[in-house]
Amino acid sequence: MPLRPSAIYSLGRMPSRAIHRSLVVSQQRTSFVYERTYRTTAFRRNLSEDESAMLQEPREEDEADVVIVGGGPAGLAAAIRLKQLELERGKEVRVVLLEKASDMGNHTLSGAVIEPRALKELLPDWLEDPPTTLTPVKSNKMRFLTEKYSIPLPEPPQMHNPGNYIASLSEVVKWLAAKAEELGVEVYPGFSVNELLYDQSGAVAGIATNDMGISRAGAPKDNFQRGMEFRAKVTLLAEGCHGSLSKGVIKKYDLRRGKDVQTYGIGLKEVWEVPEENWREGEVLHTMGWPLTSKVYGGGFMYHFGERLVSVGLVVGLDYANPWISPFREFQRMKHHPIYSNVLKNGKCISYGARALNEGGLQSVPKLIFPGGALIGCSAGFVNVPKIKGTHTAMKSGMLAAESAYNAITSDTTNESAIALYDYEDNFKKSWIFEELNEVRNVRPSFHNPLGMYGGILYSGLDTLLLKGRVPWTFHHKASDAASTQPADKFKPIDYPKPDGKLSFDLLTSVARTGTMHDEDEPVHLQVNDWDAHTAATYPKYKGIESRFCPAGVYEYIPDETKKEGVRFQINSQNCIHCKTCDIKVPAQDINWVCPEGGDGPKYMLT
Amino acid sequence: MPPRLNIVVPVKRVIDFAIKPRINASKNAIETNGVKFSLNPFCEIAVEEAVRLRESSKDLVESITLVSAGSAKAQDTLRSGLALGADKATLIEIPAIDDSKSLELEPLAVAKLLKAFVKKSNANLVIMGKQAIDDDSNQTGQMLAGLLNWSQATNASKVTVDEASGVVTVSREVDGGTETLSAPLPLVITTDLRLNTPRYTKLQDIMKAKKKKTEKVSPEDLGVDISSRLEILSLSEPPKRTGGGKVDSVDALIGKLKELGAI
Repeated sequence: MPLRPSAIYSLGRMPSRAIHRSLVVSQQRTSFVYERTYRTTAFRRNLSEDESAMLQEPREEDEADVVIVGGGPAGLAAAIRLKQLELERGKEVRVVLLEKASDMGNHTLSGAVIEPRALKELLPDWLEDPPTTLTPVKSNKMRFLTEKYSIPLPEPPQMHNPGNYIASLSEVVKWLAAKAEELGVEVYPGFSVNELLYDQSGAVAGIATNDMGISRAGAPKDNFQRGMEFRAKVTLLAEGCHGSLSKGVIKKYDLRRGKDVQTYGIGLKEVWEVPEENWREGEVLHTMGWPLTSKVYGGGFMYHFGERLVSVGLVVGLDYANPWISPFREFQRMKHHPIYSNVLKNGKCISYGARALNEGGLQSVPKLIFPGGALIGCSAGFVNVPKIKGTHTAMKSGMLAAESAYNAITSDTTNESAIALYDYEDNFKKSWIFEELNEVRNVRPSFHNPLGMYGGILYSGLDTLLLKGRVPWTFHHKASDAASTQPADKFKPIDYPKPDGKLSFDLLTSVARTGTMHDEDEPVHLQVNDWDAHTAATYPKYKGIESRFCPAGVYEYIPDETKKEGVRFQINSQNCIHCKTCDIKVPAQDINWVCPEGGDGPKYMLT
Repeated sequence: MPPRLNIVVPVKRVIDFAIKPRINASKNAIETNGVKFSLNPFCEIAVEEAVRLRESSKDLVESITLVSAGSAKAQDTLRSGLALGADKATLIEIPAIDDSKSLELEPLAVAKLLKAFVKKSNANLVIMGKQAIDDDSNQTGQMLAGLLNWSQATNASKVTVDEASGVVTVSREVDGGTETLSAPLPLVITTDLRLNTPRYTKLQDIMKAKKKKTEKVSPEDLGVDISSRLEILSLSEPPKRTGGGKVDSVDALIGKLKELGAI
């Protein structure tokens, strides 16, 4: 297929200067230059010459030493570490951190029980003015659930939580952001990045923020604002699980060669205010079993923290085969189990959200560095799955990358070629992140066996209690989550109970609790080339799986007699809560999630 | 000599419009813990209008000053306004009653503070939002005009300034259509939704705004007593909507209405 002129239907993000510098590595031109081909079926039109000219206007440029894309724990830890090194050693570095949420912490969601190992290393006196709602863990419970009963389970040692804290990760991020700003990091929430800049050698040379004020049809609106470029010596991608820029960079530089595919889970949670008599400060509960069947990996959690606050949620492994499963509805019905409902009854749900998380472990960690930058945090994937903790490893990776970047930038200033953070990759292999992940590397993959959850529990029990990973074998993830999905006709549709409005809720009520917002007149950021072709490819086989795995009701198949399959595919991008599950799980892998305008998306509270 | 506009734009920090507000546990205020706050949308429109006036003709606008009455956190709000294009900002810092809450100001108290500030800054035009999205009072602009004894044009959907004469023409959307008023300076204008669509702040402007200074004053400096004259007795959520019912004849309808005591 010949490359089409960019004015017609791709908002080719190639300002004239960059054309000289970008490297066309192979015929795969599309993935890394972020041509936004907005081919939504209803709303395309050709742009006028003036409009195209506006979209291609040269951008204002600025320079920084390090640009960090993503303001979560990893990104902020890296930023803080860089400024600490500046204070220690004297050589100044300009650190710019860009975050797509309208405010720091607004897109952050996690259980969360945090191991403060990295926090203590980064900020030794962090407890002197800790983040709000931080609560030390007081008791741990692990249960196997059947529909009516709960059976106590022995806890694997990873699940003991001495010295750990229950927290709202969103509040922790706000707290880290304040610390970063105090140290002089330039923190800019409300700016999303879909484009990396490259130099003549094909190395990453910085980023460009998204244009704002583009209509759904792709034309500039009255308040059109061209994005801005930041040239940087080092670009750190800290976008979180399955980041959009990270996806492109992994593909472009073949960072997965020799590694396993990444596998994921989706975590859904709510924050509740519960009556005093139901609340037990510092209690941590984890459950397995009901409502998930033995073929589906996952489990529930409930943490009591803050002031009569409870964080309740469910993680479902996205390698499930049955396309009739709806993680959202599994979560809603789980709350009716007595062990949960006894705490939540008469309480009030104040917040809801969902996010994909990494489950691949050490086998799926890609090569971390590329010319001009590196992946940190969940963009690479350092979650310790049996511990269900990834914040401490994410932060540590940010700190290691920061140290490597600082050394590279301040040492040889005469060298013009792109920086390669070899130290970061080496230090990662020598760090406690590697040690931890190595010990538990066989736990999650042990669930890919014919006995499903039971086989997994047996092996994991053995491994975590006795073997501790000291074995010569490593299990691998054989297939991606999308490829693990099987056709709908092999299973029966699941009859989920109706929400009762008190303990369980319907999807749209829940989405309203996320505070998510996208402009009505904005390009659809969940890019599907051709909605009709997608329907033909996916609907007959999977019968609307997207409408079930999306925790925000973005995807719908609306009955429509005029269409061949009897349904019309619709993307309600305004509901999106940026969880990335669709990009991961859609069987045909034809949904490309890109960042919408900066400031869009959820406004999570206490998640 | 055409008059130059010395514009004051009061702004308010409110709970973000996309968030569902909740009543706090003690049922005496709205929960603010962990909730995102932003610049009031109508205030944003006011700042945008002031900036557009400046861009419409050189030398028309001498300065645009933002002012906000609130806790120290309102500085973030002022900074967003500065990033939109205002020149300077002043915070009228309201002390906190206890560690977390600062005094909730009533429209009359705000109007008095603004009157003192406007007189101090020698302004001849005040552009402000018609109401804040948290209390929806729609009173402060009108009270301010009354206290200052200035003309007022509220709920504006279009503003034009005749440079030669200094007469401002304002269109307002009213129930029956559009009403057009004109008045000479000095004037208070309150903005309605359709006046303009605020621009996106450029990253470069945010960076510049960080360097702009924000002054701080206290209510005592302005000589205003801000104590509340109203007491909130209780706060509750609106009653849940119960389903309706269908009836199949007029008699049944009348019967139902009698049952409910409506007739």
